Amino acid sequence: MKHGPLPLIMAVVAALLGVAPASAGPEDDRLKVVNHFKSKYPDIRMETYVLGALAFDADARLQYDSVMQFPPFVAELERGERLWRAPLKSGKTYADCLPNGGRMIAGNYPMFDESRGRVVTLEDLVNDCRAANGEAPYEYADPATMGVLTAYARTLSDGMRMNIRVEGPAALQAYEDGKKTFYARVGQLNFSCGHCHVDNAGNRLRSELLSPVIGQSAHWPVFRGGDNLVTLQGRYVECFRLMRHVPDKPGSIRFNNLEYFHSYLSNGLELKASVFRK
Amino acid sequence: MRKRVSLIACTALIACAQAVAAGNKEETGKDIAFDRSRGNCLACHAMPTLPDAEQPGNSGPPLIAMSARFPDKNTLRAKIHDATAGNPDSFMPPYGKHGVLTEEELGKVVDFVYGL
Ligand code: HEC
Ligand code: HEC
Repeated sequence: MKHGPLPLIMAVVAALLGVAPASAGPEDDRLKVVNHFKSKYPDIRMETYVLGALAFDADARLQYDSVMQFPPFVAELERGERLWRAPLKSGKTYADCLPNGGRMIAGNYPMFDESRGRVVTLEDLVNDCRAANGEAPYEYADPATMGVLTAYARTLSDGMRMNIRVEGPAALQAYEDGKKTFYARVGQLNFSCGHCHVDNAGNRLRSELLSPVIGQSAHWPVFRGGDNLVTLQGRYVECFRLMRHVPDKPGSIRFNNLEYFHSYLSNGLELKASVFRK
Repeated sequence: MRKRVSLIACTALIACAQAVAAGNKEETGKDIAFDRSRGNCLACHAMPTLPDAEQPGNSGPPLIAMSARFPDKNTLRAKIHDATAGNPDSFMPPYGKHGVLTEEELGKVVDFVYGL
Protein backbone atom coordinates (compact mmCIF):
# COMPACT_ATOMS: atom_id res chain seq x y z
CA MET A 1 0.00 0.00 0.00
CA LYS A 2 2.86 2.31 0.94
CA HIS A 3 4.25 2.10 -2.61
CA GLY A 4 0.88 2.48 -4.23
CA PRO A 5 1.42 5.61 -6.31
CA LEU A 6 5.03 4.82 -7.23
CA PRO A 7 4.46 2.81 -10.41
CA LEU A 8 2.09 5.49 -11.60
CA ILE A 9 4.65 8.22 -10.97
CA MET A 10 7.27 6.18 -12.78
CA ALA A 11 4.98 5.72 -15.73
CA VAL A 12 4.34 9.45 -15.87
CA VAL A 13 8.07 10.18 -15.65
CA ALA A 14 8.73 7.62 -18.36
CA ALA A 15 6.09 9.23 -20.55
CA LEU A 16 7.60 12.68 -19.99
CA LEU A 17 11.02 11.38 -20.94
CA GLY A 18 9.56 9.92 -24.09
CA VAL A 19 10.29 6.35 -23.06
CA ALA A 20 7.64 4.40 -24.88
CA PRO A 21 6.73 1.51 -22.60
CA ALA A 22 5.30 -0.38 -25.58
CA SER A 23 8.72 -0.72 -27.18
CA ALA A 24 11.16 -3.19 -25.70
CA GLY A 25 14.04 -1.04 -26.91
CA PRO A 26 16.48 -0.58 -29.77
CA GLU A 27 17.96 -4.06 -29.73
CA ASP A 28 14.49 -5.54 -29.97
CA ASP A 29 13.69 -3.22 -32.90
CA ARG A 30 16.87 -4.24 -34.69
CA LEU A 31 16.33 -7.96 -34.19
CA LYS A 32 12.78 -7.71 -35.51
CA VAL A 33 14.06 -6.20 -38.74
CA VAL A 34 16.95 -8.68 -38.96
CA ASN A 35 14.52 -11.56 -38.49
CA HIS A 36 12.21 -10.16 -41.14
CA PHE A 37 15.05 -10.38 -43.66
CA LYS A 38 16.29 -13.73 -42.39
CA SER A 39 12.93 -15.35 -42.85
CA LYS A 40 12.13 -13.66 -46.16
CA TYR A 41 15.57 -14.22 -47.71
CA PRO A 42 17.09 -17.16 -45.83
CA ASP A 43 19.87 -17.56 -48.40
CA ILE A 44 21.24 -14.04 -48.07
CA ARG A 45 23.84 -13.53 -45.37
CA MET A 46 23.50 -10.42 -43.23
CA GLU A 47 26.97 -9.18 -44.23
CA THR A 48 25.82 -9.08 -47.84
CA TYR A 49 23.31 -6.35 -47.04
CA VAL A 50 26.01 -3.70 -46.84
CA LEU A 51 25.87 -3.96 -50.64
CA GLY A 52 22.35 -2.54 -50.62
CA ALA A 53 20.10 -3.57 -53.48
CA LEU A 54 23.03 -5.46 -55.03
CA ALA A 55 22.47 -8.13 -52.38
CA PHE A 56 19.41 -9.21 -54.38
CA ASP A 57 20.92 -9.11 -57.84
CA ALA A 58 23.89 -11.27 -58.83
CA ASP A 59 24.33 -9.62 -62.25
CA ALA A 60 24.44 -6.09 -60.89
CA ARG A 61 26.80 -7.38 -58.22
CA LEU A 62 29.28 -8.58 -60.85
CA GLN A 63 29.13 -5.20 -62.55
CA TYR A 64 29.71 -3.52 -59.23
CA ASP A 65 32.70 -5.71 -58.42
CA SER A 66 34.37 -4.87 -61.70
CA VAL A 67 33.71 -1.13 -61.33
CA MET A 68 35.10 -1.21 -57.79
CA GLN A 69 38.40 -2.64 -59.00
CA PHE A 70 39.15 0.71 -60.59
CA PRO A 71 36.76 3.05 -58.82
CA PRO A 72 35.89 5.99 -61.06
CA PHE A 73 35.84 8.27 -58.03
CA VAL A 74 39.49 8.04 -56.92
CA ALA A 75 40.03 11.68 -57.91
CA GLU A 76 37.29 12.74 -55.45
CA LEU A 77 38.81 10.64 -52.69
CA GLU A 78 42.20 12.21 -53.37
CA ARG A 79 40.66 15.65 -53.14
CA GLY A 80 39.19 14.58 -49.81
CA GLU A 81 42.53 13.31 -48.62
CA ARG A 82 44.17 16.65 -49.46
CA LEU A 83 41.53 18.45 -47.40
CA TRP A 84 42.02 15.95 -44.60
CA ARG A 85 45.77 16.54 -44.49
CA ALA A 86 45.76 20.31 -44.98
CA PRO A 87 46.48 22.12 -41.69
CA LEU A 88 43.64 24.24 -40.32
CA LYS A 89 44.24 27.88 -39.33
CA SER A 90 45.61 26.82 -35.95
CA GLY A 91 48.14 24.56 -37.65
CA LYS A 92 46.35 21.46 -36.40
CA THR A 93 44.75 18.84 -38.64
CA TYR A 94 41.56 16.81 -38.38
CA ALA A 95 43.62 13.87 -37.21
CA ASP A 96 44.67 16.01 -34.23
CA CYS A 97 41.15 16.70 -33.05
CA LEU A 98 39.12 13.62 -33.94
CA PRO A 99 39.16 10.69 -31.51
CA ASN A 100 41.81 8.10 -32.32
CA GLY A 101 43.24 10.31 -35.04
CA GLY A 102 40.04 9.77 -37.00
CA ARG A 103 40.76 6.07 -37.55
CA MET A 104 38.23 3.30 -36.89
CA ILE A 105 35.66 5.69 -35.40
CA ALA A 106 32.99 6.23 -38.07
CA GLY A 107 31.01 3.20 -36.87
CA ASN A 108 30.42 4.96 -33.55
CA TYR A 109 28.51 7.78 -35.28
CA PRO A 110 25.94 9.19 -35.02
CA MET A 111 26.54 9.29 -31.28
CA PHE A 112 24.32 10.81 -28.63
CA ASP A 113 26.18 13.64 -26.92
CA GLU A 114 24.87 13.92 -23.35
CA SER A 115 26.48 17.30 -22.70
CA ARG A 116 24.78 18.85 -25.72
CA GLY A 117 21.64 16.80 -25.37
CA ARG A 118 21.58 15.87 -29.03
CA VAL A 119 22.79 13.49 -31.68
CA VAL A 120 26.21 14.26 -33.17
CA THR A 121 27.14 12.99 -36.62
CA LEU A 122 30.61 12.53 -38.09
CA GLU A 123 29.93 15.71 -40.08
CA ASP A 124 29.31 17.57 -36.80
CA LEU A 125 32.65 16.31 -35.56
CA VAL A 126 34.36 17.72 -38.63
CA ASN A 127 32.70 21.10 -38.16
CA ASP A 128 33.46 21.14 -34.42
CA CYS A 129 37.09 20.55 -35.30
CA ARG A 130 37.01 23.36 -37.84
CA ALA A 131 35.41 25.78 -35.38
CA ALA A 132 37.90 24.88 -32.65
CA ASN A 133 40.75 25.59 -35.04
CA GLY A 134 39.68 28.91 -36.45
CA GLU A 135 37.82 27.80 -39.57
CA ALA A 136 34.28 28.46 -40.74
CA PRO A 137 32.06 25.36 -40.79
CA TYR A 138 31.39 23.51 -44.02
CA GLU A 139 27.91 23.23 -45.45
CA TYR A 140 26.76 19.72 -44.58
CA ALA A 141 25.46 19.06 -48.07
CA ASP A 142 28.35 20.52 -50.08
CA PRO A 143 29.89 17.67 -52.09
CA ALA A 144 33.07 19.65 -52.87
CA THR A 145 34.02 20.14 -49.21
CA MET A 146 32.17 18.15 -46.56
CA GLY A 147 31.33 15.48 -49.13
CA VAL A 148 34.81 14.61 -50.34
CA LEU A 149 36.37 15.18 -46.91
CA THR A 150 34.05 12.69 -45.21
CA ALA A 151 34.29 10.35 -48.20
CA TYR A 152 37.98 10.08 -47.43
CA ALA A 153 37.63 10.22 -43.64
CA ARG A 154 35.17 7.33 -43.62
CA THR A 155 37.56 5.11 -45.56
CA LEU A 156 39.81 5.32 -42.48
CA SER A 157 37.17 3.22 -40.72
CA ASP A 158 36.73 0.57 -43.42
CA GLY A 159 36.35 -2.79 -41.75
CA MET A 160 35.10 -1.36 -38.46
CA ARG A 161 31.74 -2.72 -37.38
CA MET A 162 28.80 -0.38 -36.93
CA ASN A 163 28.51 0.23 -33.24
CA ILE A 164 25.76 2.75 -32.46
CA ARG A 165 24.89 3.04 -28.79
CA VAL A 166 21.64 4.20 -27.27
CA GLU A 167 22.16 4.73 -23.56
CA GLY A 168 20.01 6.76 -21.21
CA PRO A 169 16.62 8.36 -21.58
CA ALA A 170 17.69 11.35 -23.66
CA ALA A 171 19.48 9.15 -26.19
CA LEU A 172 16.47 6.85 -26.31
CA GLN A 173 14.22 9.80 -26.99
CA ALA A 174 16.35 10.85 -29.98
CA TYR A 175 16.36 7.25 -31.21
CA GLU A 176 12.58 7.00 -30.85
CA ASP A 177 12.16 10.24 -32.76
CA GLY A 178 14.24 8.81 -35.61
CA LYS A 179 12.23 5.61 -35.50
CA LYS A 180 9.02 7.61 -35.77
CA THR A 181 10.33 9.41 -38.86
CA PHE A 182 11.31 6.09 -40.39
CA TYR A 183 7.95 4.39 -39.92
CA ALA A 184 5.57 7.33 -40.38
CA ARG A 185 3.57 7.52 -43.58
CA VAL A 186 4.07 10.93 -45.09
CA GLY A 187 3.66 12.93 -48.26
CA GLN A 188 1.15 12.78 -51.05
CA LEU A 189 2.05 9.19 -51.89
CA ASN A 190 1.58 8.07 -48.29
CA PHE A 191 4.76 6.00 -48.03
CA SER A 192 7.01 5.43 -45.06
CA CYS A 193 10.71 4.62 -45.33
CA GLY A 194 9.82 1.23 -43.89
CA HIS A 195 7.40 0.48 -46.73
CA CYS A 196 10.18 0.62 -49.29
CA HIS A 197 13.20 -0.53 -47.30
CA VAL A 198 11.69 -3.13 -44.97
CA ASP A 199 8.38 -4.50 -46.34
CA ASN A 200 9.29 -4.19 -50.01
CA ALA A 201 13.07 -4.45 -49.93
CA GLY A 202 14.06 -6.93 -52.63
CA ASN A 203 11.02 -6.00 -54.74
CA ARG A 204 11.27 -3.81 -57.77
CA LEU A 205 9.75 -0.38 -58.24
CA ARG A 206 9.71 -0.33 -62.01
CA SER A 207 13.24 -1.53 -62.77
CA GLU A 208 14.66 -0.22 -59.49
CA LEU A 209 15.45 -2.85 -56.86
CA LEU A 210 14.69 -1.64 -53.34
CA SER A 211 17.57 -1.96 -50.89
CA PRO A 212 17.15 -3.31 -47.34
CA VAL A 213 17.44 -0.92 -44.42
CA ILE A 214 19.93 -3.28 -42.82
CA GLY A 215 23.36 -2.26 -44.08
CA GLN A 216 22.09 0.97 -45.62
CA SER A 217 24.13 3.25 -43.40
CA ALA A 218 27.44 1.40 -43.63
CA HIS A 219 28.85 2.61 -46.93
CA TRP A 220 28.62 6.38 -47.34
CA PRO A 221 28.95 8.40 -49.36
CA VAL A 222 28.01 6.69 -52.61
CA PHE A 223 29.17 7.80 -56.03
CA ARG A 224 26.25 7.61 -58.39
CA GLY A 225 27.10 6.97 -62.01
CA GLY A 226 30.73 6.82 -60.90
CA ASP A 227 31.53 10.31 -59.68
CA ASN A 228 28.37 12.03 -58.48
CA LEU A 229 28.83 12.14 -54.73
CA VAL A 230 25.69 11.59 -52.61
CA THR A 231 25.83 11.72 -48.82
CA LEU A 232 23.58 9.61 -46.61
CA GLN A 233 21.40 12.56 -45.66
CA GLY A 234 21.46 13.70 -49.29
CA ARG A 235 19.86 10.35 -50.04
CA TYR A 236 17.25 11.02 -47.33
CA VAL A 237 16.39 14.20 -49.24
CA GLU A 238 15.95 12.22 -52.46
CA CYS A 239 13.77 9.64 -50.77
CA PHE A 240 11.64 12.36 -49.15
CA ARG A 241 11.09 13.70 -52.67
CA LEU A 242 10.09 10.23 -53.90
CA MET A 243 7.49 10.30 -51.15
CA ARG A 244 6.39 13.76 -52.33
CA HIS A 245 7.19 15.10 -48.92
CA VAL A 246 9.08 18.30 -48.13
CA PRO A 247 12.63 17.27 -47.19
CA ASP A 248 14.64 18.79 -44.35
CA LYS A 249 17.99 20.42 -44.88
CA PRO A 250 20.70 17.84 -44.22
CA GLY A 251 21.99 18.24 -40.68
CA SER A 252 18.56 19.03 -39.20
CA ILE A 253 17.67 17.54 -35.82
CA ARG A 254 15.08 15.35 -37.49
CA PHE A 255 17.53 13.99 -40.07
CA ASN A 256 20.22 13.47 -37.42
CA ASN A 257 17.77 11.51 -35.27
CA LEU A 258 16.72 9.54 -38.33
CA GLU A 259 20.37 8.77 -39.08
CA TYR A 260 20.81 7.68 -35.46
CA PHE A 261 17.94 5.16 -35.61
CA HIS A 262 18.75 4.16 -39.19
CA SER A 263 22.41 3.52 -38.37
CA TYR A 264 21.55 1.52 -35.26
CA LEU A 265 19.79 -1.02 -37.48
CA SER A 266 23.13 -1.75 -39.20
CA ASN A 267 24.94 -2.49 -35.93
CA GLY A 268 27.42 -5.32 -36.26
CA LEU A 269 27.94 -4.86 -40.00
CA GLU A 270 31.25 -3.80 -41.50
CA LEU A 271 31.79 -0.31 -42.80
CA LYS A 272 32.91 0.10 -46.37
CA ALA A 273 32.97 3.76 -47.29
CA SER A 274 32.73 5.28 -50.74
CA VAL A 275 31.09 2.85 -53.09
CA PHE A 276 29.78 2.91 -56.62
CA ARG A 277 26.07 3.11 -57.39
CA LYS A 278 24.60 3.13 -60.85
CA MET B 1 -2.15 11.23 -91.51
CA ARG B 2 -3.73 14.65 -91.39
CA LYS B 3 -2.85 14.82 -87.71
CA ARG B 4 0.79 14.03 -88.39
CA VAL B 5 1.00 16.76 -91.02
CA SER B 6 -0.59 19.36 -88.80
CA LEU B 7 1.75 18.37 -85.97
CA ILE B 8 4.78 18.90 -88.16
CA ALA B 9 3.42 22.17 -89.44
CA CYS B 10 2.87 23.29 -85.91
CA THR B 11 6.14 22.40 -84.22
CA ALA B 12 7.70 25.81 -84.67
CA LEU B 13 4.94 27.52 -82.76
CA ILE B 14 4.80 26.89 -79.05
CA ALA B 15 1.22 28.05 -78.74
CA CYS B 16 0.32 25.69 -81.51
CA ALA B 17 2.09 22.77 -79.84
CA GLN B 18 0.14 23.46 -76.67
CA ALA B 19 -3.07 23.49 -78.61
CA VAL B 20 -2.18 20.08 -79.98
CA ALA B 21 -1.41 18.72 -76.52
CA ALA B 22 -4.60 20.08 -75.02
CA GLY B 23 -6.96 19.60 -77.91
CA ASN B 24 -6.24 17.14 -80.65
CA LYS B 25 -4.78 14.34 -78.64
CA GLU B 26 -7.00 13.69 -75.69
CA GLU B 27 -5.17 12.10 -72.81
CA THR B 28 -6.19 8.51 -72.20
CA GLY B 29 -6.43 6.51 -68.98
CA LYS B 30 -3.46 4.55 -70.23
CA ASP B 31 -1.40 7.73 -70.66
CA ILE B 32 -2.15 8.69 -67.08
CA ALA B 33 -1.52 5.20 -65.71
CA PHE B 34 1.84 4.98 -67.50
CA ASP B 35 3.01 8.51 -66.69
CA ARG B 36 5.76 8.25 -64.08
CA SER B 37 4.79 11.47 -62.39
CA ARG B 38 1.08 10.66 -62.09
CA GLY B 39 -0.32 7.13 -62.12
CA ASN B 40 2.98 5.33 -62.45
CA CYS B 41 1.07 2.09 -61.89
CA LEU B 42 3.89 0.19 -63.61
CA ALA B 43 6.11 1.02 -60.65
CA CYS B 44 4.31 -1.75 -58.80
CA HIS B 45 2.06 -3.64 -61.24
CA ALA B 46 2.70 -5.73 -64.32
CA MET B 47 0.05 -5.55 -67.04
CA PRO B 48 0.63 -8.90 -68.73
CA THR B 49 -1.86 -8.29 -71.55
CA LEU B 50 -0.07 -5.13 -72.75
CA PRO B 51 3.16 -5.66 -74.71
CA ASP B 52 4.24 -2.06 -74.13
CA ALA B 53 3.94 -2.27 -70.34
CA GLU B 54 7.71 -2.56 -70.03
CA GLN B 55 9.86 -3.12 -66.97
CA PRO B 56 7.06 -3.24 -64.44
CA GLY B 57 7.72 -3.47 -60.72
CA ASN B 58 6.49 -6.40 -58.66
CA SER B 59 5.29 -5.19 -55.28
CA GLY B 60 1.63 -5.23 -56.36
CA PRO B 61 -0.29 -8.04 -58.06
CA PRO B 62 -0.36 -8.16 -61.89
CA LEU B 63 -3.35 -6.25 -63.25
CA ILE B 64 -5.13 -8.82 -65.39
CA ALA B 65 -8.70 -10.06 -65.93
CA MET B 66 -9.87 -7.04 -64.01
CA SER B 67 -13.50 -6.97 -65.15
CA ALA B 68 -13.88 -10.58 -64.03
CA ARG B 69 -12.25 -9.94 -60.68
CA PHE B 70 -13.90 -6.59 -60.10
CA PRO B 71 -17.34 -6.98 -61.71
CA ASP B 72 -18.43 -3.79 -59.97
CA LYS B 73 -16.44 -0.90 -61.37
CA ASN B 74 -17.09 1.10 -58.20
CA THR B 75 -15.16 -1.43 -56.14
CA LEU B 76 -12.23 -1.00 -58.50
CA ARG B 77 -12.53 2.76 -58.31
CA ALA B 78 -12.64 2.63 -54.51
CA LYS B 79 -9.47 0.53 -54.47
CA ILE B 80 -7.58 3.04 -56.58
CA HIS B 81 -9.12 6.00 -54.75
CA ASP B 82 -7.82 4.74 -51.40
CA ALA B 83 -6.32 1.27 -51.06
CA THR B 84 -5.71 1.90 -47.35
CA ALA B 85 -9.48 1.92 -46.69
CA GLY B 86 -9.58 -1.86 -47.11
CA ASN B 87 -5.99 -2.59 -46.17
CA PRO B 88 -4.52 -0.09 -43.69
CA ASP B 89 -0.98 -1.35 -44.40
CA SER B 90 -1.33 -1.03 -48.17
CA PHE B 91 1.76 0.12 -50.00
CA MET B 92 -0.40 1.59 -52.75
CA PRO B 93 -0.76 5.39 -52.81
CA PRO B 94 -4.30 6.66 -52.18
CA TYR B 95 -4.67 8.25 -55.61
CA GLY B 96 -8.04 9.90 -55.11
CA LYS B 97 -7.96 10.58 -51.39
CA HIS B 98 -4.60 12.34 -51.56
CA GLY B 99 -5.36 14.14 -54.78
CA VAL B 100 -2.58 12.43 -56.74
CA LEU B 101 -5.11 12.20 -59.57
CA THR B 102 -8.20 14.33 -60.15
CA GLU B 103 -11.62 12.65 -60.12
CA GLU B 104 -11.69 12.88 -63.89
CA GLU B 105 -8.25 11.32 -64.28
CA LEU B 106 -9.19 8.62 -61.82
CA GLY B 107 -12.27 7.80 -63.87
CA LYS B 108 -10.16 7.39 -66.99
CA VAL B 109 -7.66 5.18 -65.18
CA VAL B 110 -10.48 3.00 -63.82
CA ASP B 111 -11.89 2.53 -67.34
CA PHE B 112 -8.43 1.63 -68.61
CA VAL B 113 -7.70 -0.84 -65.80
CA TYR B 114 -11.15 -2.39 -66.13
CA GLY B 115 -10.26 -3.34 -69.69
CA LEU B 116 -7.06 -5.15 -68.70
C1 HEC C 1 8.79 4.98 -52.68
C2 HEC C 1 9.89 4.22 -52.26
C3 HEC C 1 10.87 4.77 -51.28
C4 HEC C 1 10.66 5.35 -50.07
C5 HEC C 1 9.34 5.62 -49.39
C6 HEC C 1 11.95 5.62 -49.50
N1 HEC C 1 12.93 5.22 -50.35
FE1 HEC C 1 14.92 5.15 -49.98
N2 HEC C 1 15.25 4.46 -51.86
C7 HEC C 1 14.28 4.21 -52.80
C8 HEC C 1 14.91 3.82 -54.05
C9 HEC C 1 14.16 3.44 -55.34
C10 HEC C 1 16.29 3.86 -53.82
C11 HEC C 1 17.42 3.51 -54.82
C12 HEC C 1 17.58 2.02 -54.88
C13 HEC C 1 18.06 1.48 -53.56
O1 HEC C 1 19.25 1.48 -53.29
O2 HEC C 1 17.20 1.09 -52.74
C14 HEC C 1 16.47 4.24 -52.43
C15 HEC C 1 17.71 4.34 -51.80
C16 HEC C 1 17.88 4.65 -50.47
C17 HEC C 1 19.15 4.64 -49.81
C18 HEC C 1 20.48 4.32 -50.45
C19 HEC C 1 20.80 2.88 -50.49
C20 HEC C 1 22.13 2.60 -51.13
O3 HEC C 1 22.77 1.64 -50.68
O4 HEC C 1 22.56 3.29 -52.04
C21 HEC C 1 18.92 5.01 -48.51
C22 HEC C 1 19.95 5.16 -47.40
C23 HEC C 1 17.50 5.24 -48.37
N3 HEC C 1 16.90 5.00 -49.58
C24 HEC C 1 16.86 5.62 -47.20
C25 HEC C 1 15.51 5.98 -47.13
C26 HEC C 1 14.90 6.61 -45.98
C27 HEC C 1 15.59 6.94 -44.69
C28 HEC C 1 13.59 6.82 -46.31
C29 HEC C 1 12.54 7.57 -45.57
C30 HEC C 1 12.83 8.90 -45.20
C31 HEC C 1 13.38 6.26 -47.63
N4 HEC C 1 14.57 5.78 -48.11
C32 HEC C 1 12.16 6.20 -48.27
C33 HEC C 1 12.93 4.25 -52.61
C34 HEC C 1 12.31 4.72 -51.47
C1 HEC D 1 3.86 1.84 -54.72
C2 HEC D 1 3.18 0.67 -55.14
C3 HEC D 1 1.93 0.76 -55.97
C4 HEC D 1 1.57 1.64 -56.96
C5 HEC D 1 2.37 2.80 -57.50
C6 HEC D 1 0.26 1.23 -57.42
N1 HEC D 1 -0.15 0.13 -56.71
FE1 HEC D 1 -1.88 -0.87 -56.98
N2 HEC D 1 -1.38 -2.15 -55.46
C7 HEC D 1 -0.19 -2.15 -54.79
C8 HEC D 1 -0.17 -3.24 -53.84
C9 HEC D 1 0.99 -3.59 -52.90
C10 HEC D 1 -1.41 -3.89 -53.95
C11 HEC D 1 -1.88 -5.12 -53.16
C12 HEC D 1 -2.18 -4.76 -51.74
C13 HEC D 1 -3.46 -4.00 -51.61
O1 HEC D 1 -4.47 -4.50 -52.11
O2 HEC D 1 -3.47 -2.94 -51.05
C14 HEC D 1 -2.15 -3.16 -54.97
C15 HEC D 1 -3.42 -3.51 -55.41
C16 HEC D 1 -4.06 -2.94 -56.48
C17 HEC D 1 -5.33 -3.38 -57.01
C18 HEC D 1 -6.14 -4.54 -56.48
C19 HEC D 1 -5.64 -5.73 -57.23
C20 HEC D 1 -6.18 -7.03 -56.75
O3 HEC D 1 -5.98 -7.99 -57.47
O4 HEC D 1 -6.77 -7.08 -55.68
C21 HEC D 1 -5.63 -2.58 -58.08
C22 HEC D 1 -6.84 -2.66 -58.97
C23 HEC D 1 -4.54 -1.64 -58.23
N3 HEC D 1 -3.60 -1.90 -57.24
C24 HEC D 1 -4.47 -0.67 -59.21
C25 HEC D 1 -3.48 0.28 -59.31
C26 HEC D 1 -3.47 1.36 -60.26
C27 HEC D 1 -4.54 1.58 -61.32
C28 HEC D 1 -2.36 2.10 -60.02
C29 HEC D 1 -1.90 3.38 -60.67
C30 HEC D 1 -2.84 4.44 -60.85
C31 HEC D 1 -1.65 1.45 -58.92
N4 HEC D 1 -2.36 0.35 -58.52
C32 HEC D 1 -0.45 1.89 -58.41
C33 HEC D 1 0.84 -1.28 -54.97
C34 HEC D 1 0.84 -0.20 -55.84
